[in-house]
Amino acid sequence: MKIGAPREIFEGENRVALTPDSAVQLGKLGHSCVVESGAGAKAGFSDAAYAQAGVEVLADAAAVFAAADVVVKVRGPEPSEVAQLRQGQTLISFFWPAQNAELLEQARERGATVVAMDMVPRISRAQKMDALSSMANIAGYRAVIEAGNNFGRFFTGQVTAAGKVPPAKVLIVGAGVAGLAAIGTSTSLGAITLAFDVRPEVAEQIESMGAEFVYLDFAENQTDGAATGGYAAPSSPEFREAQLKKFRELAPEVDIVITTALIPGRPAPKLWTEDMVQMMKPGSVIVDLAAERGGNCDLTVPDQKIVTENGVTIVGYTDFPSRMAAQASTLYATNIRHMLTDLTPKKDGVIDHNMEDDVIRGATVTKDSAITYPPPPPKVQAIAAQKPKEKARELTPEERRAQEVAAFRKQTTQQVGLLAIGTALLLLVGSVAPASFMAHFVVFVLACFVGFQVIWNVSHSLHTPLMAVTNAVSGIIILGSLLQIGAGGTGLGGLVIVVLSTLSILIASINIVGGFLVTRRMLAMFQKS
Amino acid sequence: MDYALISAAYIAAAILFILCLGGLSGQESAKRAVWYGIAGMAMAVFATVLGEGVGYYPLIGIAIVAGSVLGWYLAKTVEMTSMPQLVAALHSFVGLAAVFIGINTHIVLGQVWPIIEVHDATGSLPPDYATLTGFAAIVAHKTLTEVAILKVETFLGVFIGAVTFTGSVIAFGKLAGKVDGKAKKLPGGHALNAVAAAASLLLLVLYMNGAGMWALLLMTLFALFIGYHLIMGIGGADMPVVVSMLNSYSGWAASAIGFSLGNDLLIVTGALVGSSGAILSYIMCKAMNRSFVSVILGGFGGTTGPAMEVTGEQIAIDAEGVAAALNDADSVIIIPGYGMAVAQAQQSVSELTRKLRAKGKKVRFAIHPVAGRLPGHMNVLLAEAKVPYDIVLEMDEINEDFPETDVAIVIGSNDIVNPAAQEDPNSPIAGMPVLECWKAKQVFVSKRGQGTGYSGIENPLFYKENTRMFYGDAKKSLDALLPMIE
Repeated sequence: MKIGAPREIFEGENRVALTPDSAVQLGKLGHSCVVESGAGAKAGFSDAAYAQAGVEVLADAAAVFAAADVVVKVRGPEPSEVAQLRQGQTLISFFWPAQNAELLEQARERGATVVAMDMVPRISRAQKMDALSSMANIAGYRAVIEAGNNFGRFFTGQVTAAGKVPPAKVLIVGAGVAGLAAIGTSTSLGAITLAFDVRPEVAEQIESMGAEFVYLDFAENQTDGAATGGYAAPSSPEFREAQLKKFRELAPEVDIVITTALIPGRPAPKLWTEDMVQMMKPGSVIVDLAAERGGNCDLTVPDQKIVTENGVTIVGYTDFPSRMAAQASTLYATNIRHMLTDLTPKKDGVIDHNMEDDVIRGATVTKDSAITYPPPPPKVQAIAAQKPKEKARELTPEERRAQEVAAFRKQTTQQVGLLAIGTALLLLVGSVAPASFMAHFVVFVLACFVGFQVIWNVSHSLHTPLMAVTNAVSGIIILGSLLQIGAGGTGLGGLVIVVLSTLSILIASINIVGGFLVTRRMLAMFQKS
Repeated sequence: MDYALISAAYIAAAILFILCLGGLSGQESAKRAVWYGIAGMAMAVFATVLGEGVGYYPLIGIAIVAGSVLGWYLAKTVEMTSMPQLVAALHSFVGLAAVFIGINTHIVLGQVWPIIEVHDATGSLPPDYATLTGFAAIVAHKTLTEVAILKVETFLGVFIGAVTFTGSVIAFGKLAGKVDGKAKKLPGGHALNAVAAAASLLLLVLYMNGAGMWALLLMTLFALFIGYHLIMGIGGADMPVVVSMLNSYSGWAASAIGFSLGNDLLIVTGALVGSSGAILSYIMCKAMNRSFVSVILGGFGGTTGPAMEVTGEQIAIDAEGVAAALNDADSVIIIPGYGMAVAQAQQSVSELTRKLRAKGKKVRFAIHPVAGRLPGHMNVLLAEAKVPYDIVLEMDEINEDFPETDVAIVIGSNDIVNPAAQEDPNSPIAGMPVLECWKAKQVFVSKRGQGTGYSGIENPLFYKENTRMFYGDAKKSLDALLPMIE
């Protein structure tokens, strides 16, 4: 099949859906690639680089649409692009079918198959093609960099000869992929980072990235992220109030706020109100990653950077990934390649659009002149339900001491008890058995005791040599045969004894020699580094 | 030889044996400990051979030399992966020897019986006694009570010996793959064993009341059956317990023979070996969170409720993916299991370890007590492949380190890394201590296919989000991986 990437025609879009690297990988699947001249220029991939990777460079988009069986794009298609699709052709790109019903209908009319990268279900297996996550990761990183760019101070605290610099305080609202990426970037720049999320189960992730989780003192049971496919759900008005109260407390302290809160299928929740902006110090920066959906901050203007009267900069860009086009294109092209890998299960260059597959089914929005959106719920549960965690209680020194004493007592009673039982048994045996037997029996009991004492100390790693050496040592049974061999006289009984004894001596010798030698061989192998 | 000299030799030998076993507490002292054992054994054998009433020296010489050559050949040629079989085979020899010696004791007893009767009736030894030497003289000198005890001891020695013999032969067959390794029982199950044991007890009573050789031999047959049937009913991952249990039996058999011969050195040594095997069995059972009885009864215990449903899917990965993760990792823990031994992959594992360590990565091994088919089996295999023993750690030493580990590689183990033991109270292995490898950042499982382990339990580890399945024969997979580690 031919995979074709036209140039993105959306204003300001720098990314490209096919890179020379991904083209090489697609070649391994049996596909060939075409690209529109200049498609990768803004992302730093020249036509020459494509040509070197074996990609055919075509003059214009029309040629690409005509040549390709599968068209790959970043941005959702414009109506003019959909019009170029033909019957049976496949388009893979972001699509947002819920918001673009007309476009969807147009694609259906054209008879094209559309795979929407934004509809890839959130299950483990599909992570490698989850373009939303890979783009969000970039957005989170870039948000911190933009904030730093507009912030007049260091992120990290320093004590220099020219004076002390306090560290910047960064608050990140929403710990999804973008939020976590922002946390990672912010902490590694040295800022004190706080993070908030309505899903209590992400506290651990936040702390693992080195940020401090902002706890809300709120009793209501939070919705479990598992029920909503790992995304946040709308919260109750009471919860929202508690949340805003907390933010008001934080607003005067923090220097940088990065908001990433989104709820699927709804406008972005307003979390950073106008009064909070007014409470912030001059020079502070707000980066609103939800600007495209109206913004988390009241004052956000999408696609623009504004400065409020009290000197707070609010960044409302919606094209963070595109601002890092080289990185974003690399990751997005890899996502696309993984999608094509799943679509080409036999690696023979033939697309097998398997609608039984949860991932492919979920992402496909039109196929065979029919709209297949919305998809049925996936067969496998995306994320395991959270179990309430119980923390092991720390013991107080007194309790620990009491436990030790109890353990010591238990051990003492055990030892004394065993000794008493043992002695009683010996007494019992001794009352019926003759003295000659008792002498041997005492030796036996003592030997068992010594054996138990000694063997407990044997290192676990030497258990196999231990077994081999006990094999050898149990060859001591040879003594029995040596003692008996001459005891039978000359009759038939004597002959039987000699034969059996000789056999026993023979096999016991195998044990002794074999056991010791193999033990030696094994032990010689144990070497220190 | 002087009686005092023999006693001295015996005491020295007994102490040497104790030192020999005690020396196994550390890798370095163990190398010396073997020599203690060899010296003790040589001393004991020489003192006995030179003792009174032995005779047949050429025959003894030939038997010892022939046995030694065979033993030497076995020790030289055995593969380290075949150690479980060898150990089982050697146990069977001790069992067989115990049976022979018991039968001999019975014959000797029959021969000197007239003398004992005269002695008992008249209170003085008849003139025939003077012609007896060595073991016959000792037996002839016994009173009637002592003879009764001797009979019990002999009977017991033969019984344990016979059980050990067939049990070990079957264990050998299972470990060597010559007998189907699965647990199998004849119809009737453990009731059959119980009947055979009861019959043996009845025969003991008959034997004590004058029944002759036939009672002893019939009991031997019953005991042989018990050994066979008992071990046939146990299989797979329970084999470490079986082998250490048979080890213990072989010791008790030697001890029982020591009683019947009145030989303290045999008693002491048998008791040492017996308790060693018993402790090993105990450790193995503890490591599986199972009682000794439940292992003997065979098969895994029943569940107490429906098992937790495993959700998610097994995600496969190829060698390139594993290599990339390993190249990025700083710390790696490798968890070998029986599958590594089966695939003979220990050399490849060692080579991988060497390469990773050369790059300055921290590589360690985590060994579960019941990994493999013999206690300490994995340690020996890794030692053979020249993996230094100080990076091979026990479960308790390393379990806490998994959360700080970048990559955990599971090679051919299953139940010992099953999180169901901790997460699912209804699982048949609930409560069994396991290696918590899923806490590592990434887990790779090298496995032949998608099947379950010996216990037949689904392993949720394979479905975890940070787990990737590296399907294929362990050795081939690792060999494919090696050139990609740069």
